[in-house]
Amino acid sequence: MTATPTTPGAEPELGRARKRKEDARLITGSTRWTDNMTLPGMLHLAVLRSPVAHARITAIDTAEARRMSGVHAALTGRDLADEQGSLPCAWPITEDMKAPQAPSMAVDEVRFAGEAVAVVAARSAAEARDALDTIDIDYEDLPAVLDMESALDGDSPLVHSELGTNRNATWTFDSAEAGTGGDVEQALAEAEVRVERTFRQQRLIPAFMEPRSVLVDPTGEQFTMYSATQVPHILRTMLAMTLGVAEQKIRVIAPDVGGGFGGKLQVTPEEVIAFLLAQRLGRPVKWTETRSETMVSGHHGRDQVQKLALSARRDGTVTGLKVELLADMGAYLRLVTPGVPILGGLMFNSIYKFPAYHFSCTNVFTTKTPTDAYRGAGRPEATFAIERMMDELAAELDMDPLELRRKNWIGHDEFPFTTVAGLTYDSGDYEAATDRALELFDYRQLRAEQQRRRQQGDAVQLGIGVSTFTEMCGLAPSRVLGSLSYGAGGWEHAQIRVLPTGKVEVVTGVSPHGQGHVTAWSQIVAERLGVSFDDVEVLHGDTQSSPRGMDTYGSRSLAVGGIAAVQATDKVIEKAKTIAAHMLECSEDDLEFSGGRFGVRGTDQGTGLADIALAAFAAHDLPEGVEPNLDAEASFDPENFSFPHGTHLCATEVDTETGAVRIRSYVCVDDVGTVVNPLIVEGQVHGGLAQGIAQALYEDAVYDEDGTLTTATFADYLVPSAADLPDFTTDRTETRATSNPLGVKGVGEAGTIASTPAVVNAVVDALRHLGVDDVEMPCSPQRVWRAVTGARGSSAVAAEAGGGLGSMNTGGGFAAGSQGGSR
Amino acid sequence: MPRITVNVDGTAYTDEVQPRTLLVQYLREQLGKVGTVVGCDTSNCGACTVHLDGHSVKSCSVLAVQADGHEVTTIEGLARDGQLHPMQQAFHDNHALQCGFCTPGMIMQSLDLLADTPEPDEQQVREGLEGNLCRCTGYQNIVRAVQDASRRMQPGAAPPMEQSEQTPAPRTSTEQVRTQATGGHQS
Ligand code: FES
Ligand code: FES
Repeated sequence: MTATPTTPGAEPELGRARKRKEDARLITGSTRWTDNMTLPGMLHLAVLRSPVAHARITAIDTAEARRMSGVHAALTGRDLADEQGSLPCAWPITEDMKAPQAPSMAVDEVRFAGEAVAVVAARSAAEARDALDTIDIDYEDLPAVLDMESALDGDSPLVHSELGTNRNATWTFDSAEAGTGGDVEQALAEAEVRVERTFRQQRLIPAFMEPRSVLVDPTGEQFTMYSATQVPHILRTMLAMTLGVAEQKIRVIAPDVGGGFGGKLQVTPEEVIAFLLAQRLGRPVKWTETRSETMVSGHHGRDQVQKLALSARRDGTVTGLKVELLADMGAYLRLVTPGVPILGGLMFNSIYKFPAYHFSCTNVFTTKTPTDAYRGAGRPEATFAIERMMDELAAELDMDPLELRRKNWIGHDEFPFTTVAGLTYDSGDYEAATDRALELFDYRQLRAEQQRRRQQGDAVQLGIGVSTFTEMCGLAPSRVLGSLSYGAGGWEHAQIRVLPTGKVEVVTGVSPHGQGHVTAWSQIVAERLGVSFDDVEVLHGDTQSSPRGMDTYGSRSLAVGGIAAVQATDKVIEKAKTIAAHMLECSEDDLEFSGGRFGVRGTDQGTGLADIALAAFAAHDLPEGVEPNLDAEASFDPENFSFPHGTHLCATEVDTETGAVRIRSYVCVDDVGTVVNPLIVEGQVHGGLAQGIAQALYEDAVYDEDGTLTTATFADYLVPSAADLPDFTTDRTETRATSNPLGVKGVGEAGTIASTPAVVNAVVDALRHLGVDDVEMPCSPQRVWRAVTGARGSSAVAAEAGGGLGSMNTGGGFAAGSQGGSR
Repeated sequence: MPRITVNVDGTAYTDEVQPRTLLVQYLREQLGKVGTVVGCDTSNCGACTVHLDGHSVKSCSVLAVQADGHEVTTIEGLARDGQLHPMQQAFHDNHALQCGFCTPGMIMQSLDLLADTPEPDEQQVREGLEGNLCRCTGYQNIVRAVQDASRRMQPGAAPPMEQSEQTPAPRTSTEQVRTQATGGHQS
């Protein structure tokens, strides 16, 4: 690819739609995916997985597998029992949390279908798979535990009998107790209006496109692990702790990684197994999963039952919110499993000034694939629930849903604002985003069309869905993460090196997998340092070249890692100034820095960064106390989270005869603070919208009554294609974050968080006049059709009893619960 | 073992393969052509799409022996003399990729689409790419890229070249950014 060289300082880099440096190798097929790598003597690992959800392993016979051609090892969990350690969980949310042993391969008992039970290492992947087929296992079935509610009953079978319970932990927050607000029970008791609902957040599969892959290269005492991971630094530390291997002997490299979305934020069982085998056999060992393995054994997301009660006055002012969650942990705790629901617990009040709030979540073990972070992690669940509740309240009060929201949200002149959940929102302007969204959406015209279609009794009805939201990004601050019992900090690290030739290397602790950090960091550093964009190289994802970091998840990279790069850059400039003053024999105060040059004020004398870097490298004549080389590093730990926000509006056409839902238009206005690269921001929003819409309409990880995942391929688990999604209209407002010097907030999760409720609200809105007040996700044609026919049935009964068409079912239970059924 | 001769990206290869070897395995494991990737085991994702005699196929659903005597083009065979194919250039210019894992397959499928429908409208592009999944982009920029490439590939269109960075990529969004400064603090 031919790149036009850029002149430093010609145009500001921040806010510029730079095309990505990353693309060159990705569009030509010269990418470094882990599975592309081959090392001399490398063995292939294949994993045998339990076909049953819960069973005792009474016998395993690997003798024949060991005799197969090309096979170097065939091992069971018992064979590795002493070495494999327990996979780490870094988030003990309460002191009395029940944390079971989480072996990387089952020992004696399997607890979910898909759990590893035996492995083979062989010369080729095909030979390894062939050998797996010869392994005989006897299972003695144990009862599956699939339903969270009944799992808590005293007589339920136990997932981990040694714990004596299926309850992992209960975490609560109460605004009256915390002193951040009033008493919810009182608010509910005194309410003029109450809305109560139960929502189900279905299980989702992150479904990154590159299957997970790991290659461990043992050389002497040293181990190099290549892994399709989001978290090379965390992985390295956790491997050392789990396996008792000296941390400095482990190097983890995340080469090109094909998507993550939280699904690669993990220490996976297979990484541990591959490590142990490489150690045992003294040869490189590679494992690459099949898609079905990803589906059954990679972690899942969401899976909550949410019970909410909202109290309000007749004028629409909300007076209190009570939330009780059940969250499915699956069979084991992975890295941050128990913490995911509590991230949502801090956000159920969203952008609203609720005066009283109570949140509790009970985490439950079941015999299903473990859950953990998935794009947004806790916050999409929270936003969905509150945005559905606001719509139900609006319907109950016969108010416009946007009007109701305006009545309750924090005004643009009220920041900083401490919420009822105890977070301090630094900045925001919900009016501005909403006003802009309305300019782009034709709200009134669509409402008129909706009315027309209702009156004409059209088969296809129109629905309008609103979602206003905020999220909590930029995890850090470490102090706050500590107060939530998270096991690590959230700071981020960067190093800037100006090389003797004047070129610049940026080392960052974050580890991108498609987000375009190389381009964005180049822009940030080039502008600040006054060098050209093309002269900046960004190094990441290798614990050797980038020794410190907390990696990429939770939209934290830019707001924390990008700022570390800014601070390291500023230190470099400081050091360069000292050297420049020495070179020019003037006082530092006489120097001004611009366009990569220090000039002596009022003269045409000066020197550029390249000359200073060379002088710092040669070190023949450096000022007293200044170390050679022009470089600096910084670790940044912000004082607060950042809070992106926005307004999303969606129009859906819902066919009342077939249940089919089509998104007719989608408008979103997001406020992610200062924008470094609008191209990248827009791309992130698009991808997020696709994932959020997928939850609303398509995706569902379904288990049958025996505990087998029936959606274990892309034929059954409906990741939307281009034909399923609309063209989005995206726009922005920019309110700077105050917790970092660039004013950036984070964008990775915004689209996913806001779009799910916008779409479901639109589906329900299309059908509300027919008596529908909820449709369980995903709103598949079958579910929609059942909701319509169910409501028609009940309204006919109601009409006979003297009621009218469209009588609302607010305050009652969860109407869609009885519609049940999967697709 | 069967012996096959396949022309891949302009080079003829004669190799022994197992009868069960898939074309994608042959390309990746025997020829080291790792630009083509595998994303699923059910022929649903399209990540492995290559051209067989000029038409797109999912190379995970073709046996290597079926390619005997035929011509295969992979993503690695698209750029000629260091010059990107207009479709590759269009993907870059329109930010039509993020992690890039789906990208080789998307590009190969998009070329097949344009071979049939040289000037597709948005809906035709969306339907033409139905068998290729992308988890990162939400597809909008991919659709733009394909339409952009269609313009560049019309007879008489200028040869592909890097667009100036100043030229904004085609997009639907209204790029009006309003700044609501709240006096952000500087540290
Ligand atoms: S790998 Fe061929 S279609 Fe998925
Ligand atoms: S760019 Fe990541 S899957 Fe398409």
